[in-house]
Amino acid sequence: MAEVAVPSNDIDAPADSDGHLRWVRVCHWIVVAGFFTLAVSGIFILMVYPRLHWGEVGNDLMPSILDLPISGNHRPDEYGTTTQFSATAGGPVSANRNYEIFNQNGWARSLHFLAAWLLVATGVIYVTAGLISGHVRRDLLPRIKELAPGAMWRDFKAHLRTQSKAALGGPPYGLLQKLIYFIVIFVALPLMVITGLSMAPAITAPFPILLDVFGGYQSARTIHFFCFAALLLFVIAHVVMVVMTGFWKQVRAMTLGK
Amino acid sequence: MTDKRISIPRRTFIRGMGASAGVAVAGCSKTDPPTYGNLLRMGDNLTYKTHRLLLPEHSLAREYDYSDISSVPAIGTTNPADSNQLLFNPEHGQAYEHLLAGTFADWRLTVEGNVAKPGTFTLADLKRMTSRTQITRHTCEEGWSAIAQWTGVPLRAVLEACGMQQDAKFVEFHSYDAIADSVDMIDALHPQTILAYGMNGRDLPTGHGAPLRLRVERQLGYKSVKFIRKIVVANDFGDLGKGGPIGAGWAWYVGM
Repeated sequence: MAEVAVPSNDIDAPADSDGHLRWVRVCHWIVVAGFFTLAVSGIFILMVYPRLHWGEVGNDLMPSILDLPISGNHRPDEYGTTTQFSATAGGPVSANRNYEIFNQNGWARSLHFLAAWLLVATGVIYVTAGLISGHVRRDLLPRIKELAPGAMWRDFKAHLRTQSKAALGGPPYGLLQKLIYFIVIFVALPLMVITGLSMAPAITAPFPILLDVFGGYQSARTIHFFCFAALLLFVIAHVVMVVMTGFWKQVRAMTLGK
Repeated sequence: MTDKRISIPRRTFIRGMGASAGVAVAGCSKTDPPTYGNLLRMGDNLTYKTHRLLLPEHSLAREYDYSDISSVPAIGTTNPADSNQLLFNPEHGQAYEHLLAGTFADWRLTVEGNVAKPGTFTLADLKRMTSRTQITRHTCEEGWSAIAQWTGVPLRAVLEACGMQQDAKFVEFHSYDAIADSVDMIDALHPQTILAYGMNGRDLPTGHGAPLRLRVERQLGYKSVKFIRKIVVANDFGDLGKGGPIGAGWAWYVGM
């Protein structure tokens, strides 16, 4: 990862880029602010109940599929006496929680949804403008023949050896670059929104299909988390690529244009 | 009768549409939750207005099978008489101790405010009224969920028995702990909004809000106020002070 090709010396690179479109630049930075706000507030929300389940239900009195070590809120031993709901042993129980938990959801939840509104509104504007202007078709949509496994593997290896064409200050993008941007914009971010909505009781009442599609409220929450983890990996990789191809050059290109 | 009642909130939502378009910044009408200039509360109101504008009023939350009933933690106040609990109510907590000892024979539900016949109900009175049993998912703001069977009297039946006025906008719930909360008429008159006295076929356990708790199935768990002692029908939005969600720094509407 040490040797980085200097863009001007890279003979493979296209001579120039027209730079990022103005509305792409504006949307990009709004999305950065929105994603950061959602990530921070989302982590605070997750800390309140740091356990992941599958299906409709999951709580302190039930087993989980994963306990995240990000807060000390899950202390089943500190619950009071369990009482059976049914006469048969091993059935559902109730118990009182006798300890105070870490909970900043008063602001974290409302901030999360406020940032979600901002991101959804920006996303709608971005996708609409992207489809009308041809930005999606021209710059993001990989060509069918480009998607040959061999071509993708070559681009992947080139990235690992840092021999890929150096990014310009805008489109045209490389193959993997296009593919990843496309997946983030049209798969991962919409999945975040839909799994988020699947956790809202006022939304699943008229649209119970959301619960069927994801397998329940807790499943939607778990998918929401893993999709966030994937997006976080993307952001890290994205920033690494920006740093490797000239941090200030790239930031200037995404802010001022060329 | 039904149409008229429903037309009232709808009118306020149409008025609210303008506010939603402007990111519900103003929210200054007495029929909107106050924001006190807090950006987060403005976002809450945007969500509230959007839900009321776009989502059907009468949709039912999913109901489950008996076999889906799960374990349910009791959190927050688990005994209003315990002065060590975070949300102990110095004014009413002591009274709860006496009521609990007498298995709620002396408990009364007070209904007042904008009703033709303010009054009180014993637990037996409520159990004699029409009842509804539903197996629904309790979804806590903390992130956990649980399924239980709830039995109670539809709030609508109690409000109608008290002669609820047609210009009513909100219904407030006051508890034996420090919590108070309210819902709009769409949630108040919803068929799954019940005053539950039974849970999983038994009397409501103390930790889950005995003798009477609210169930609001299209909002998060904290709207389902436990240990109810008084219901107030209101024409204006009351923020309910420190015991209310807004005073405590939380969203009032949590359909999400």
